Order: sequence, then C-alpha cells, then structure tokens
Amino acid sequence: MSSSPIRAGVRAGLPLALPVFALAVSFGALAEPAMGRLAPIVMSAIVFGGAAQFASLSVLAAGGTAAAAVAAGLLMNARFLPMGFAAASAFTGGKASRAAQGQAVVDASWAIASRGDGSFDRGLLLGATIPQAVGWLGGTVVGVLAGSAISDPGRFGLDAIFPAFYLALLVAELRTRDARAAAALAALIALALIPIAPGGLPVIAASAAALIALRSPR
Amino acid sequence: MRVWLAIAALALGTAAIKSAGPVALGRQEPSARLSRVIALLAPSLLAALVVYETVHTGTRGLLFDARLVGLAAASLAIYVRLPLIVVIALAAGATAAVRSFA
Repeated sequence: MSSSPIRAGVRAGLPLALPVFALAVSFGALAEPAMGRLAPIVMSAIVFGGAAQFASLSVLAAGGTAAAAVAAGLLMNARFLPMGFAAASAFTGGKASRAAQGQAVVDASWAIASRGDGSFDRGLLLGATIPQAVGWLGGTVVGVLAGSAISDPGRFGLDAIFPAFYLALLVAELRTRDARAAAALAALIALALIPIAPGGLPVIAASAAALIALRSPR
Repeated sequence: MRVWLAIAALALGTAAIKSAGPVALGRQEPSARLSRVIALLAPSLLAALVVYETVHTGTRGLLFDARLVGLAAASLAIYVRLPLIVVIALAAGATAAVRSFA
C-alpha cells in the first residue's frame, strides 16, 4: 500500500481540521450538561458524525427517549448510504476490510475523493478523514472540559466554512450539462424540504436528482 | 443508561449504513447506467449540502443570516480562482464581520 495518496488526502483534508475542531468544541460544551463528560467523547470517537451527534444530543437534552435520539441521528447519517455505494469500487480487500474502509466516508472526504466521472480516489478518501477525525475528537475533549465559555463557533464565522468548502468542491464537479442540471435540481429539492422535513432528509432526498442520468441520452 | 444506549445504537447503525455499499458492491465495476447515476451523486449531494449548511437552523426551518454573506464572498473568491484556504477564510471573515456589526 502506497502512503503518498493517503498523505495527499491528509493535506487535502487539513483546511477542515480547524472548523471541525471548533464545531466539536461547541458539541462537547453543549453535550456535557446533558450527557456528562465521558459520553460525548465516546460518542465522537465511535459515531464520528457532526450533524448526527447534534441531532441526537438535541433529543437527549430535551428528555427524549434513546430510540428517538437514535432515529434522529440515523436520519442524518442516512446520506452515507448513497455515498458508500458511490465510493464502493474504490475500496480494496475482503468484505471486512472494505467495510472498515467505508467507515472513513464523511461528507468532505467523499467529495474530495470524487474524480467527477463516478470514480473515487481511495487514498484521498482515507487520508482526508484523518485530520477531521483528530479535530473532531480533540475538539470534543476541549469542549467537554472547557464548557460553554467557547461554545459559539458562529462568532468567528466558522459555520460559514462548510458551505464555502462544499461550494468550491461543487464548482469543480460542474463540468457537464448533466452535472449542472442535477446540482440545480438537488439544490431546489433541498431548499423546498428544509422547512418541512426533519433534519437529514432534505439532503438524502436531493440525491435523487442524480437519477436524471437515466433519462438523458449521454 | 439512556444516553449510553443511544450512543451504542447510533454507532452500530452508522457503521451498518457506511458498510452497506462497500460490502454489497464488492470490487465489481458498476454498470454503465449506474456509473452515470453515481457520477451525478457528487454534484447533487454537494449542491444540497451547500444549501443545507447555508440556511438550516438545526431543526426544521429556514434561516437566512450572515452565512449568506460568507457564501457570496466564497463565490467571488472561487470565481477569481483564489486557493481553497483563502476561499474558506474569506467566507468565515465576511460572516464574522457581518455578525460583529449586526
């Protein structure tokens, strides 16, 4: 296994380490009163999904049941199903090894690894997840210990980093007419569903825009 | 107990979701039709994520706030082909500036 594609992935994922860290600090600080000190850290280590963890936390903090918290989190993470199918041909080895590599699929890494033709770069995908994992776990620990004093990532505009980052990756994907049409349709689906559908669902539903590939001649 | 149960179930469920594609598809190359759909998944999901991350409130509902200014700054920076790190720094800076005046 060559390490240089993974190293390239680490470099590609590095700009996200700071915003992910800041988001994790706010998660840790918000979670500590509802979950205690250890649980948020364990959750960040084994769930490793920002949107899902915030969704579950909001249910738990409001006194909801474990089942409701799990449902809210899984709905957020359901987008990793189409992403995992899309990236599947990039992974190597037997079933267990491939399943393990699939755990590295998170939004930004998946997008960085996309070559735009339907194929994915395994090294970039695995590598780009590493700085985000470090930032997420480290930020959660800091947030749990430091508390709410530093819990607002909005103050520094850090919440605007994610849309900006995804926009930059999106522009690189818009090379064909089909890609532009699918992106426009997906944006409309998401915008229409965000006010009425529970968290996570708008993004999953928007992936259906990719089905326009079945209709067009090329 | 409720918290630990939720964490364990969410971790297992997420692992299952992420494993499904890589395990089910094996190493086989997808068909030409499926490849065309997969090629459009990235622009579709990214466009949805741009919209979602810009206007979501965390629960149901739209919120148009300073993030829009950050996204506009990012669009301009992308248009003039500035490096990615500059793009996201400008987005954060513009958003923070608007919030400090508001």
